[in-house]
Amino acid sequence: MYYKSKSYRIFAICNTLLLAILSIMCILPMIHVLAVSFSGKAAVSGNLVNLWPIDFNLDAYRKTVANPAFINSILVSVERVVLGTTVGMLVILVGAYPLSKERNVFRFRSIFMWFFVFTMLFNGGIIPSYILITKLHLMNSIWALVLPGAVSVFNMIMLMNFYRNVPKELEEASLIDGANHLQTMWNVYLPISMPAIATLSLFTIVGHWNSWFDGLIYVTKPSNYPLATYLQTIVVEKDLSKLIQSANDMEKLTQRSIKAAQIFIAAVPVLIVYPFLQRHFVKGIVLGAVKE
Amino acid sequence: MDGSIASRLRDTTGSISKKKTSVYQRNWLLYLMVAPAVILTLIFAYTPMYGVVIAFQNYEPWKGITGSSWIGLDNFRSLWAFKDVKQVIWNTFLISGMKIVAELVAPFIFALLLNEVRHMAFKRWVQTLVYLPHFLSWVILGGILVDLLSPSGGLVNRILGQFGVSPIFFLGDGNWFRFTVVVSNVWKEFGFATIIYLAALAGINPSLYEAAEVDGASRLQQTFYVTVPSLLPLMMVLGTLSLGNILNAGFDQIFNLYSSLVYSKGDIIDTYVYRMGLVNGQFSFGVAFGLFKSVISTVFIVISYRLAYRYGNYRIF
Repeated sequence: MYYKSKSYRIFAICNTLLLAILSIMCILPMIHVLAVSFSGKAAVSGNLVNLWPIDFNLDAYRKTVANPAFINSILVSVERVVLGTTVGMLVILVGAYPLSKERNVFRFRSIFMWFFVFTMLFNGGIIPSYILITKLHLMNSIWALVLPGAVSVFNMIMLMNFYRNVPKELEEASLIDGANHLQTMWNVYLPISMPAIATLSLFTIVGHWNSWFDGLIYVTKPSNYPLATYLQTIVVEKDLSKLIQSANDMEKLTQRSIKAAQIFIAAVPVLIVYPFLQRHFVKGIVLGAVKE
Repeated sequence: MDGSIASRLRDTTGSISKKKTSVYQRNWLLYLMVAPAVILTLIFAYTPMYGVVIAFQNYEPWKGITGSSWIGLDNFRSLWAFKDVKQVIWNTFLISGMKIVAELVAPFIFALLLNEVRHMAFKRWVQTLVYLPHFLSWVILGGILVDLLSPSGGLVNRILGQFGVSPIFFLGDGNWFRFTVVVSNVWKEFGFATIIYLAALAGINPSLYEAAEVDGASRLQQTFYVTVPSLLPLMMVLGTLSLGNILNAGFDQIFNLYSSLVYSKGDIIDTYVYRMGLVNGQFSFGVAFGLFKSVISTVFIVISYRLAYRYGNYRIF
């Protein structure tokens, strides 16, 4: 066998080393930021922190948690995730079912398909969308963050493909028992498609948690920003005036530790959800992408 | 009783029913089920499409679409009067093109290397770690990169300093900015993009390898004569599909990494439309440029899907 040859063994060792280095490089930046967030002012401003905190302390986190704007933005984000995921998933769970039917059961199926797919090809752009939201008086409303993206056509097509794998006999049995389409979908299709639904829900949750741009344009009061938007203005715009009020705070903390703490707190939910996500998504993506 | 159930069953499972109307009568619920998605799409995707008529107007927000005056193609003509516009289009193609090439090559090589790992636990660990950055937003990664790449004491410049390299302003120097954008995008996405190659690798018929081995092929030869040819069609499809997105150079990433220092080399169509249209309030100009981009993008996407279908038998649904 080839893997017993000497040259292959040398390759295998180098390969393992290379992959180990690559995968560590993927998370080193996150570890560095974590170390900065736990470090003291002197060590951070002296550029001494690498991957381990120096003068370990929690001041940056204390300051962040005591900041009402930050806490409020977390609440807005949580509300957005709950509403957005519920609405978004319900719409595609129910909507993908008719699309998974044959043409002679669900007439005009292909017209419906193209109606949705066309929105993946062409869109009006941000300015007409922005004008629409103002005209609908949704500015500063949580619905401006939830409704425009509620129909994820990509997710709906993925789910449709899963529904199509449900055995026809189960559907027939359910319809003979007198269930209507909605009951059949709910009682037969949903339980079978659970892995797909879990994957898509988690993608939707992460998507809503990470979204920042719509918050930036549809929310005009910075105090009502979702967390990602808040973070975008604070961290990327390098504007700390909203966070640090007194000169005394400036003394104690460098802005870098506070930024680092906020970045890390914003990443925590994704880091928690991720292991659950990973178990399912590989299968989900492959099934959605590769078709016979 | 029996007859009605049987006919109902025929309608819902596909056979042609005797009465044409009964298909709708039996299955009206299906139309109700798809209605929420249709209504939301009509409002939030199709209404803004109507809004693109602003591109042909001298749009004034207080007058609205119905009240503003029509000026035909003047906005499109004035597009070319801006010297920024040509630069922005060039930036978009350049950044996007480099990203596409890097995004095709890196995951491919990574998948080949990962495929050689025989230790399953190690393989899973590697996968877990390299998928992770995909799930963090560009806001978070932008914040991390700004800190990491700072010329005054960022970790990367400190490490480079150890080798005697003078500090590089990765995010403040135009040419370095493009390089940074491409590399950081690879860093974020290569692991995730590998998934599809790994799935394809798992699907290669093992008897091909056995036959190659009987013929005396080394592992390297097996890779070149069995694995690579098996993956090439998939790579072609992915490459073709990404060509359709060539005008999307990554709004989130650019927006979170750039600053006025690198506008000339780093501005792409989407960020430029945002700054000119929404921030500076030149609605008609922004919509005209956005429409120009959307139309060309749609043409690219349609062509790329056609090619992917013809050469790779790829279908969206």
